[in-house]
Parts: sequence; structure tokens; C-alpha cells
Amino acid sequence: MSEAAPALRSGWRGAVIPVGAVVLAQLLALASPQQSDILAAPLDIFLAGAGGLFDGTIVAATGQTLIAALAGLAIGVGVGLIFGILLGLSGVLDRLMTFSIETVRPVPSAALIPVSLLVFGFGFRMEIAIVAFSTIWPVLILSRAAVAGIEHRLLEVSRVLGFGLVERVWKIIIPAALPRIFVAFRLATGIALIVAVTVEVTANPLGLGHGMMAAQQSLNPALMLALLVWLGLIGWALNAVLLWAQRTLFGPAAIAEARP
Amino acid sequence: MMALRATGWFLASLVVGAGLVVLWHYVVSAGFVSPVFLPPPGRAWTALVNGFTRGALAEQLLATIGRMIYGWLLASLVGVALGTLIGTSRAAIVYLGPTLEMIRPLPASAIIPVAIAFLGLTEQMAIAVIAFGALWPMLLATVHGFAAVEPQLYELSRALGLKRWEVILKIGLPSAMPDILAGMRVGLTIALILAIVAEMLASRPGLGHSVLLAARSFRSPDLYAGVILLGIVGYVSAAALAAFETRLLRWRVPH
Repeated sequence: MSEAAPALRSGWRGAVIPVGAVVLAQLLALASPQQSDILAAPLDIFLAGAGGLFDGTIVAATGQTLIAALAGLAIGVGVGLIFGILLGLSGVLDRLMTFSIETVRPVPSAALIPVSLLVFGFGFRMEIAIVAFSTIWPVLILSRAAVAGIEHRLLEVSRVLGFGLVERVWKIIIPAALPRIFVAFRLATGIALIVAVTVEVTANPLGLGHGMMAAQQSLNPALMLALLVWLGLIGWALNAVLLWAQRTLFGPAAIAEARP
Repeated sequence: MMALRATGWFLASLVVGAGLVVLWHYVVSAGFVSPVFLPPPGRAWTALVNGFTRGALAEQLLATIGRMIYGWLLASLVGVALGTLIGTSRAAIVYLGPTLEMIRPLPASAIIPVAIAFLGLTEQMAIAVIAFGALWPMLLATVHGFAAVEPQLYELSRALGLKRWEVILKIGLPSAMPDILAGMRVGLTIALILAIVAEMLASRPGLGHSVLLAARSFRSPDLYAGVILLGIVGYVSAAALAAFETRLLRWRVPH
């Protein structure tokens, strides 16, 4: 939403409040050193996180969350892209599918947790299915708009050259719509991580989401908060890498152009 | 003529949708999918009707909608107020901006364990989680909306000698409104998802809890009835907000 955020340079001033808060929390913890089931001092959180990273438990949980999120993302992006391109190319098909798409799309991803649980049981497959369902829609909608917005002369050229459908999609449509498709991919990646963690927190005994719930239930606030910070870092890093890729691959034009 | 054509296309897409339901029926009755996983559409429909006439579906529906709207309104109030304070102050953007951007990609559901630690499996926990999760898109959209106001408008307000609250009310808020409404739309989707998740975890009465119970006891018609109902809630709430948005933004020049 705010890719074009105000170009105010924060520099060191952006770090004042988070660093100040951490220092203050540590000082408060030192001033009243009692055990808590809810909160932990920043130093303890750091130690719990470092411990989990060294003994491999956090690494393993991160792997599980990322595998589920990325596998679901791959399926969702694939399906969304196929339908998005088809519907973007054919106005008739698009209008015919409007009602069906608009009735299935608003089903909240969380409502599918019990459905997926019933079909797949606990494990990777149920989580992947829900992530896939949730990531289909942004990709479908944005790639449909991207393909429908392609310069008509390009499509005429492909007709003159006698391209078949596959050639037309591969040589004309995907390259022309790629910047906007990448934006859809970036949004879908964020959604994939959110949905994966939601499924883990709610039901699935896997990954970082479940790790947080287990830490909470065993009254280990330091580990719970360490996992929270770690999840924030992963989300931030994923987004930063994709933003960087978008900027280097497609330039600033892609960001300005991609408003749906 | 145009309207007639649009209606025609809508009817055609309705027929396609009905065709898919018929396909669903035949896929199940031909035994391609076990009815334990996917009930025939007729039985899901019966479960939906029975749930309203004899069961507690209406109460659960109202409980879920109430929770969603309450948390969302709370988030809207706090989000827009805080966003206005931050967005109209250069110092606040400079000092707080990077922190807000750091927290933005954090999955909202990750704060559920923290909320449970503080509040237990209670109604307050559910509301807090919904409100906190829905807060971020609105807060960030409001900050962005105020920060993106035409600088000339601020110069004009200075020339007119307007006070700060006048600038916010007369210039900032109207031009930030499209951003704020976009944030509120995202917030509403998140509020519904978190309402369902919180009900499942804390066993609060509501649709989220009832679909989970239906799945656990292999009552697939009840499960799909609940899922269909939740889809309708998502659709209607988004459509209502979109209608409100077009009314509120009617003054804008279309471009």
C-alpha cells in the first residue's frame, strides 16, 4: 500500500524508539527480577532465541513453516496464473466465470482449516492446501488485469505471426505482463506466510506457529517471544528480498504501474 | 441496452455457477469423492436450513459477526486516530516510520499465543486479537494517506492561517479518505479470519467453533453449511463496505 511511502530519511532516528524500548524493558526487568509466565526480559528472549537456533529446534520449525508456505504458494501461483491468463485473454470466459469466482473467493481461509483437517488430517498437506487456496485469488485477479491490459497491437502481431496459444502466452503475454505478475507474486508470498502461521497456531502441530503455542502452554514466555521476533524478522526479510528483486528486475515503473 | 447486456452476462455466469453445483452433485453421487469429505450440495443445503430453523446457527452467526464488527470498529477508531497523529507530524513519521514498517510483515496470527498468555482463553482475548490484527492495515494506510496529501494543500492551509485540527479535518482527512477506506477493507477481511481462529482456539460460541466441532465429529454437511455461511459473511461485509465507500467518495472526480 505504501510502496511509494514518503521519502523521508529516518536514518538513526528510526532506531531510537525500538532500541529505547528494549533498553527500558531490560532495565525494568533488572529492577523487579521476579519470574513471570507472561513476559520475559529482552536478554532472556535473546538467549532463548539463540539457544533455539543453536540446538536446531527453531531452524527445523522455520523449515517446516517455509516448506508449507512455499509449496502452497507454488500451487496457488500456478493455478492462479493459468486461470488469470485465460480469463484475461477471453472476455467471454471472464464474464461467464464472474459469479462462480466471486462466490468462492470471499470464503475466509480460516474457515477451510476444518475442511482441510477432515480431508488430509494433520501434517503438511492440510496446511499446503489452505495456503494454495488463499494465494490463488490475488494472483488470479492481478494477472487477469495485467493480461487484459496488454497493448492490443502486441496480440495482433502474434496473430499475424501465426502463433498458437502456447506460443502466444510464452512469447508475448507473459513477458508483457511480467512486472505486474511479479507484484502479484510478492503479495501472494506475504499471504502464504501469514496463512501458514495461522494454520499452525490454530490446528496444525508443525512449524513456528505451533512452536509459539507450545512455548505459551509450557509457560516459557522467553521462547514464545523469541519466536515472535524471529517470525517478524522472517516476514520482513522475505518482503525486503522480493521488493529488492522487483526493483532490480523491473525498475520503479513496475511499482507505479501495478496498482490494481 | 448496456444495462440489459450486463444483466444478460450476469445471468449467464449464474447459469455457469449452477452448472458447477450440478457437477459437484454428480461428482459426489458417482462416488469420485467420499461424502465424508464432500457432502452432496443438497445435504449441505438441508443442513444449512435445519441449522437455522432448529439449530443454533443463527445465534452462532450473530456471535461471529458481532465479534468481527466489534473488533474491527475498535481497530478502526484506534488505527485512524493514531494514524492521523503520526501522519500529520513529520517528527513522528521520522521516528516511528521504520518501526511500523518492521512490524507490518509480521503475521497477525502470531500474536495469538501472546494474547492467550496475557488474557487466557477468554472473550477479551478474542476481541483483542481481532482488534490488534485489523489495526495495522488501517494505521499504516492512514499514515500513508496523510503523508501523501498534496504539499500545496498544506501550504494553502498555512496561508489561510488554519489551526492544526482544522487542517486535519478539512484538508487531511478528505484526501486521506480513499487510503483509509482501503485499509478498513483489508482490516475487515483480517477481522473475520481472526474471529474464526479465535473462536476455534478459545471455544467461544460462534461459526468458527461450530465448523471445527462439525469436522471433528465427521458431520460434513454441517461443516460445509458453516463454511458456506462464512463465505456469505465475507462477501456481504465486503460488498457493504464497498457500497459505503462509493457513496462516501462520490465527490471525487473519476479518472
